[in-house]
Amino acid sequence: MALTIVSQSGGAAGGCASSGCGSSTDRLAHLPEAIRAKVNNHPCFSEDAHHHYARMHVAVAPACNIQCHYCNRKYDCSNESRPGVVSEVLTPDQAVKKVMAVAATIPQMTVLGIAGPGDPLANPERTLETFRQLSAKAPDIKLCVSTNGLALPAVVDELCQHNIEHVTITINCVDPDVGAKIYPWIFWNNRRIKGRKAAEILIEQQQKGLEMLVARGVLVKVNSVLIPGVNDEHLKEVSRVVKAKGAFLHNVMPLIAEAEHGTFYGIMGQRGPTTDELQRLQDACAGDMAMMRHCRQCRADAVGMLGEDRGHEFTLDRIEHLEIDYAAAMARRAEVHAAIEANRAAQRRQSGEAFVSLASLTRRLPAKPESRPVLMAVASTGGGVVNQHFGHAREFLIYEATAQDVRFIGARKVDLYCTGDETCGEAETSLQKTIRTLAGCEVVLCARIGYEPWGQLEAAGILPNGEHALEPIEEAVTAVYREMQESGRLDQSAPAQQRLSA
Amino acid sequence: MAFKIIEGCVNCWACEPLCPSQAITAGTPHFVIDAKKCTECDGAFAEPQCASICPVEGVILDGLGVPVNPPGSLTGIPPERMAAAMAEIRAR
Ligand code: SF4
Ligand code: SF4
Repeated sequence: MALTIVSQSGGAAGGCASSGCGSSTDRLAHLPEAIRAKVNNHPCFSEDAHHHYARMHVAVAPACNIQCHYCNRKYDCSNESRPGVVSEVLTPDQAVKKVMAVAATIPQMTVLGIAGPGDPLANPERTLETFRQLSAKAPDIKLCVSTNGLALPAVVDELCQHNIEHVTITINCVDPDVGAKIYPWIFWNNRRIKGRKAAEILIEQQQKGLEMLVARGVLVKVNSVLIPGVNDEHLKEVSRVVKAKGAFLHNVMPLIAEAEHGTFYGIMGQRGPTTDELQRLQDACAGDMAMMRHCRQCRADAVGMLGEDRGHEFTLDRIEHLEIDYAAAMARRAEVHAAIEANRAAQRRQSGEAFVSLASLTRRLPAKPESRPVLMAVASTGGGVVNQHFGHAREFLIYEATAQDVRFIGARKVDLYCTGDETCGEAETSLQKTIRTLAGCEVVLCARIGYEPWGQLEAAGILPNGEHALEPIEEAVTAVYREMQESGRLDQSAPAQQRLSA
Repeated sequence: MAFKIIEGCVNCWACEPLCPSQAITAGTPHFVIDAKKCTECDGAFAEPQCASICPVEGVILDGLGVPVNPPGSLTGIPPERMAAAMAEIRAR
């Protein structure tokens, strides 16, 4: 029996044919080898690498040159609505020290990003200085930057002189009439410009920057914020345009708008998309190109990867006096990376076997046309295994299981925006929030789970499952799907209430 | 005459590099304009640079002490609407 392969390249030549995990590179099989190599270890691009490597951010760029209706600078959130980032603004020198200290301590950290808290290119000198130093001192760290694109064309050439691996541009529209509903003003040529004209200039610069980067061989990812009723349908056009120009990934993120954030959209009652709407749009935009569904909106944070408690090791006064032997660190890092690669290869083989056993099982059972797909949420801190306590999970990896395969759909975050800001309403308990985040999932896999959440999850029609702790995610999802199939649960349609979207 | 930065400034650094008179410096609790140095951008730019990029309404006053960016002018949120939303949040 031919197995369905999620990758679109056809055949198993790309390596892992088992599922969505690890196959994003396969889906990129049409890209030149050099680009695929860049993607392979990148926690933001490769779904599999996401489990093993991490990136970190440094906040060196506080200034911004545009205003977005989903941003409120008072709360220090960046133009791409990166959630919950509390930024301690560093000087370039401090940032470089911090990055090298983290890299020496946490070898999994392979990518350094600058994404704000404003626009990294609005006042480019701070960003460029950080990149300049790191390219020279720590050549094994890849650099990336996120921008709204307004100032991009002016700095493309200088950016390309550094160890820049990719650039993310937030592009929410290609039509100035749509843009006028998203951007109230830009700062351009020493003036504040408002309305349609502002959007027109912004769009022109974004597109120009995109073209220039592609022409110079830099990977470009495009982020879009899905704003229902404003740019939802329009994003399909955006997707078409940016792909045609050579953007290598298009990532659609949900608008997060609450009155508490004090943003235009929040105050004016603009709603964010439901999980369903988001997924539908991501599907529509996917077309023949890999959509990055696992984007965690920059939560793939290296310091967080090894537990929140490590942040204190890298406070400014500690790193200020730290002597780092980076040559030695680099050798150690290379060893760790080699071990990770060996481990990944082994895991791919293993999950491949699990996958085949499911396939043989479905062959034995009379094929049931009604064997419907099931969404499962997984709590994991990384490493590609089910290893997190339900109550500790700040985000869940969502997998879709069918009789044919297991596919990674994306990551959903709990507590999407604020993290404990006292201005946030307490109307909803965090457990309720979590349950709402899991809407549409029928199972949640975790290492352990408390008594109370267990009951509430069950009541919400989501089955908690702690029986697959420390197993590779795909094997666990496959096993649970099989149990569901055997117990006849798949003969019934998904409980109606779960169709309730967030 | 000189411009002035008052409470509410979020220390975003946007204005500082733009000032043609090097009148703006980082400070605590917020950025400050040196009144002796500020030229109101006269002769250098058609519009005062600090007030043209500042993202926060009300924090930059002109030479007469009037906010250059009054409530609603930058966010587009009508001030009544903002007040109502804030009252509602406080009531929760
Ligand atoms: S008005 Fe012009 S000269 Fe005065 S502080 Fe602002 S930018 Fe500087
Ligand atoms: S631009 Fe406005 S908020 Fe930013 S530092 Fe200057 S005065 Fe403060």
